[in-house]
Amino acid sequence: MSEVKKFMYLNRRAPYGTIYAWESLEVILIGAAFDQEVSLMCMDDGVYQLVKGSDTSESDMKNFMPTFRTLGDYGVRHMYVDKDSLEARGLTQDDLIEVAWEDYETEEEVDNIVEIVDADQVAKLMAESEVVFS
Amino acid sequence: MADLHTVNKSPFEKSSLETAIKCSLAGSSILLIEDGVYGATKGTVAEDMVKGAMGDRKVYALKSDLMARAIKDDRIIDGIEIVDYAGFVDLVEATDKVQAWL
Repeated sequence: MSEVKKFMYLNRRAPYGTIYAWESLEVILIGAAFDQEVSLMCMDDGVYQLVKGSDTSESDMKNFMPTFRTLGDYGVRHMYVDKDSLEARGLTQDDLIEVAWEDYETEEEVDNIVEIVDADQVAKLMAESEVVFS
Repeated sequence: MADLHTVNKSPFEKSSLETAIKCSLAGSSILLIEDGVYGATKGTVAEDMVKGAMGDRKVYALKSDLMARAIKDDRIIDGIEIVDYAGFVDLVEATDKVQAWL
């Protein structure tokens, strides 16, 4: 196995209106097969990707919210949400989905890997990442 | 002179809504669709701008797009009317022309 790299997926677009959010999710799921250290960063309209309660029954679109909830099972260890973006849209952590994570080897468990971070932390986390996918 | 202005972009990413408001006359209607419906939510940095437009213009938001984006009724700015596809058609019929802000 080659060395593990720190991957960050940077999501800045709202779901549904464009294909970006859906495509990003596909890439995350594909990337999960390669055993890298993966985190997701949602900022700007990307924070809308994690808002719970989506109902596409009258839209003829697939509701891909349930897939976000499974990302912990696909090796995504952190799902960060930019605090400023959330506040600008009148949202709080209560509006967001919860995603559980478990390491099946060590049995380490985290109830919710969705974490709100401030601007300084966002910059630091991006700088620490070896690859950032937009 | 009563036109229908449709806006399908998020007010946080594009200036479509801001420009639609700037370029619409009193008495006209503004319909928020697709990502445009984010402009209908309370507590955002765009709320004051939308409320300002509602003084002399009527603002609508499309129900199916609100639902897909998990925007419940209690999150919508008071006074914005929710319409379904049939209501969209009624608006088109009731106004002189449709101007789309993409």
